[in-house]
Amino acid sequence: MALDIAKYRRRRLRSTITVGLCWAASALGLTILAVILATLVYKGIAGLGPKVFTEMTPPPGSDGGLLNAIAGSLVMTIAGVFVGTPIGILAGTYLAEYGRYSKVSSVIRFINDILLSAPSIVTGLFVYELLVRPMGHFSAFAGAAALAVLVIPTVVRTTENMLLLVPNQLREASSALGLPQSLVIRKVAYKAARAGMITGVLLAVARVSGETAPLLFTALNNQFWSTNLNAPMASLPVVIFQYALSPYEDWQRLAWTGALLITAAVLTLSIAARWLSSSRTQQ
Amino acid sequence: MNLMSKDVDTGLTEKITVSNLKFFYGSTLALKNISLPLYERQVTAFIGPSGCGKSTLLRVLNRMYDLYPNQRAEGQVMFDGENVLDMKDLNLLRSRIGMVFQKPTPFPMTIYENIAFGIRLYERLPKSEVDGRVESALEKAALWKEVKDKLHSSGLSLSGGQQQRLCIARTVAIRPEVILFDEPCSALDPISTAKVEELIDELKNEFTIAIVTHNMQQAARVSQRTAFMYLGELVEFGVTQKLFTNPSDKRTQDYITGRFG
Repeated sequence: MALDIAKYRRRRLRSTITVGLCWAASALGLTILAVILATLVYKGIAGLGPKVFTEMTPPPGSDGGLLNAIAGSLVMTIAGVFVGTPIGILAGTYLAEYGRYSKVSSVIRFINDILLSAPSIVTGLFVYELLVRPMGHFSAFAGAAALAVLVIPTVVRTTENMLLLVPNQLREASSALGLPQSLVIRKVAYKAARAGMITGVLLAVARVSGETAPLLFTALNNQFWSTNLNAPMASLPVVIFQYALSPYEDWQRLAWTGALLITAAVLTLSIAARWLSSSRTQQ
Repeated sequence: MNLMSKDVDTGLTEKITVSNLKFFYGSTLALKNISLPLYERQVTAFIGPSGCGKSTLLRVLNRMYDLYPNQRAEGQVMFDGENVLDMKDLNLLRSRIGMVFQKPTPFPMTIYENIAFGIRLYERLPKSEVDGRVESALEKAALWKEVKDKLHSSGLSLSGGQQQRLCIARTVAIRPEVILFDEPCSALDPISTAKVEELIDELKNEFTIAIVTHNMQQAARVSQRTAFMYLGELVEFGVTQKLFTNPSDKRTQDYITGRFG
């Protein structure tokens, strides 16, 4: 057998170069991420102390923390996810199960994809027109609504994708036992897709908890402690935005700390989501 | 297989009677005027090369094709005096005509739940009775001894052959009248296959059985009647022994002697 050694060597070389490029690309991506994280930790850790979690956002020149912003972020994120998740899951279920083959579904799917990639500032403006203007003032309520609008497309997409991953054989097998479709979905398809769907919700939480633009037009900001959903409310991203752009050094320091907090929270959520989905695949 | 000598005219009841059945995938005709009976408490095997329509025929009997768009059937499938093709309550139909698939499909739940789930769907029973039904279904599927100590571990933890018997137990548990097997052994090793075949032979004392298989020896081993299908047509239907030893159609002859397919 005449093996063309030269040709084989060329192929090996091409392979080595390609693999090298892949390594370089991932190294570049990871380096950037590492630099961002390092900067955040370096600049943010200085301001990190008990005060951050116990005191309100201060006026320039005095001492303070981020308590009202942290609480506001939690309140609005939870409210937004609470409202957006059921809608997203139901819509995703429709797309994957009831309306899998219908024309309407492909239209909905297309629109959902647009919504998914729409700039979040557009969502902010939309909710501003829809809620803030008629109500006449900014409110946490409108902020949560804007976040919900952002949660929905993400959850729709992941729910649909996860349900589509459930093998049809499983649906056939459960239908063959005489299960009505609603039970096939609730008892079998959801069970098989559960980890993926939870991951989708966690990723949606991670996404909206860092959103600034939609909150600027809706919840605005609040220098003080407030639990009134019908009034403006502080949030970490907006406080970071405001403080980071300010000329005051102590505000800037707090902004770095806030950024570190948000990043840590999002990172934790993403890792949890990863862990959940990988523990599912190992089963 | 002493039953092989039985004759069609020995007073067997027709549990299901298929007449002039046509089936379409979109505009493609996949079954061309099929007519045949399934006798009560007998095993009827469907053989034929891939794409001949044997699985399609099986999926008409419990209206499985209804899950998908652009598939439709014409003709008549009489089941205890009612035309299956006209039935409205498909869930009820499917509880009376069970199906076991090619690949084992345990649900993502415990072994116990895999079976109890279907039972509870139709009957409100006290737990002790459900326990009994689960046990007897597993007994019938010859799986009880292997799983009785781990009823509450996941159905997915079983081996392929055990999973398939779990699926059979699940089907048996809701007490259907007919069980359809769609190549139930094609994903199993020879030992598991032998077990499932033994099981089918047992089950025919209680149920009417139809089995699609690619394995002609299997058809010869487990069935009393065999239907040979080719290109969407029913070429020959008759007593298994006769069909395999003295087929009346040239195409059957060619297929069982391995000249095509």
